[in-house]
Amino acid sequence: MSKMLISLRDWVDARFPLTETWNYHLAKYYAPKNFNFWYFFGSLALLVLVIQIVTGIFLTMNYKPDADLAFASVEYIMRDVNWGWLIRYLHSTGASAFFVVVYLHMFRGLMYGSYKKPRELLWIIGMIIYVVLMAEAFMGYLLPWGQMSYWGAQVIISLFGAIPYVGDALALWIRGDFVVSDATLNRFFAFHVIALPLVLVALVFVHIVALHAVGSNNPDGIEIKKNKGPDGVPLDGIPFHPYYTVKDIVGVVVFLMVFCAIVFFYPEMGGWFLEKDNFTPADPLKTPEHIVPLWYFTAFYAILRAVPDKFLGVVAMGGAIALLFVLPWLDRSPVKSIRYRGVLFKSALAVFTISFIGLAYLGTQPATPALTNLARVFAVLYFAFFLLMPIYSKLDKTKPVPERVTK
Amino acid sequence: MSTDGVDDRVDLGKRRFLTAAATVVGGVGAVYAAIPFITSMQPSARAQAAGAPVEVDISKLEPGQRITVEWRGKPVWIVRRTEEVMKGLSAINDQLRDPHSEVETQQPPYAQNEYRARADKPEILVVVGICTHLGCSPTYRPDVGAADLGADWPGGFFCPCHGSRFDMAGRVFQGVPAPTNLEVPPYSFLSDTRLLVGEDKGAA
Repeated sequence: MSKMLISLRDWVDARFPLTETWNYHLAKYYAPKNFNFWYFFGSLALLVLVIQIVTGIFLTMNYKPDADLAFASVEYIMRDVNWGWLIRYLHSTGASAFFVVVYLHMFRGLMYGSYKKPRELLWIIGMIIYVVLMAEAFMGYLLPWGQMSYWGAQVIISLFGAIPYVGDALALWIRGDFVVSDATLNRFFAFHVIALPLVLVALVFVHIVALHAVGSNNPDGIEIKKNKGPDGVPLDGIPFHPYYTVKDIVGVVVFLMVFCAIVFFYPEMGGWFLEKDNFTPADPLKTPEHIVPLWYFTAFYAILRAVPDKFLGVVAMGGAIALLFVLPWLDRSPVKSIRYRGVLFKSALAVFTISFIGLAYLGTQPATPALTNLARVFAVLYFAFFLLMPIYSKLDKTKPVPERVTK
Repeated sequence: MSTDGVDDRVDLGKRRFLTAAATVVGGVGAVYAAIPFITSMQPSARAQAAGAPVEVDISKLEPGQRITVEWRGKPVWIVRRTEEVMKGLSAINDQLRDPHSEVETQQPPYAQNEYRARADKPEILVVVGICTHLGCSPTYRPDVGAADLGADWPGGFFCPCHGSRFDMAGRVFQGVPAPTNLEVPPYSFLSDTRLLVGEDKGAA
């Protein structure tokens, strides 16, 4: 029996690089042995991507991308389709879970300098994934055709209208109509279920190829490839499989416990994952009192609202995302990990984290003058983290980095 | 050139030229091939045709009241303003961004005045109820000095999305995100009580 399997493997290997690929990416991919808690989120993001694709396929079987039918078809899925409520709640909770793990994954990169040389391209591919993910989430949010779906899409598409000269024509082209309408819903469906998922899967593949070419960073920010044994294997590396596959399975189990608890007991998360106003069908004549995007966009939304000028607000919002792309070239520190950085970078990262969370909170609140001023303070601090980074990261007093990874 | 007719040297200049020429021709072809797909996302013939004018009966519209009608999928507000409101419009000119409606795209020429309406019925305000900031629909707040809008609130429209304010003529206040006044659609009166939204009837 095993002889047969071995000869089958050899038959395939002669025609397709099966064992070679397995070894290159898993059995002989040497990852640093000092990964910690923060290194769960990459594999968890992959898990959520799979959850979203699988649940999405089954939702598509009953959803109708038609302005007259969409809202009712979602309610039909919730009430009449066998297990439809579960599939839909997995998908809606999965959207928020995606951003939770992606934000933690990105924060890990910030802490341990995973964007620094030689991982600049890896970081940029990851940033493109983040932007595509935002587009995917935004377009998916229109599909239930509730009040928040409708007016959220109206506001976000109008952002493009703020671009001088071509803005109005561009917004018209995106909507395919003079207002958000059936045409908009239908094309967002096409993008959400076909175009963007294909792009996402391709980008995730490229992200992993880039990662495995340069090798994983680690909490010490040490290049393990610099210390290789006589067999050419990094002294501080362990094979991804079985060591990290097993570790990641533990992360998957814990994640799924939390995820399922939310799906079963708090799928709306008090309006944070599914907004209350979205249980009212879209009405083009009436904007809801508080129009707020879902929590994962609110930090950027708060920046938009903080600027009292239409075009400059959009520029600030775009700039807040664009600055993340050039992070590898803003950081002039000789060390990667926060463990060996000085007080300047540590304080800057703390201020940035507080500002980001503060903006995300303020974006969910009504724009009163006091809160708008607070959002302005946080927005300035957010930009200062990036724009002053070439200065403070260079002045920062770093600690010597050890030769080998620590515990 | 070798004598036996076979040239084993590669002409790199020629190769580069041919590669570049093929790339350019192929690139132009790809751009042309993309045009039908990109253009298919423009508003379709049906969407463009759906802009028919809407007739509205305003005989039951009392002073101070507002009604909302749908025109081209957008909310259009019709307000019969009270005499006090009409008198108060010029008093707040210094708080407005464009008190005299000088931005021409926001209204037909006949509404380019302080009250932003046709001269034969200046008390009737017809505006598209879409905020010029990011497209929310503002709320009608005629209550002067409303508690949440400040004691100096003269009555008008307030956008809950990003806090833009407009007066009772749809004129935008200074210091809010909306850049321009609310849009006045083309409209005309068929009779004393019937209003046509979406058509000028050639009258100016």
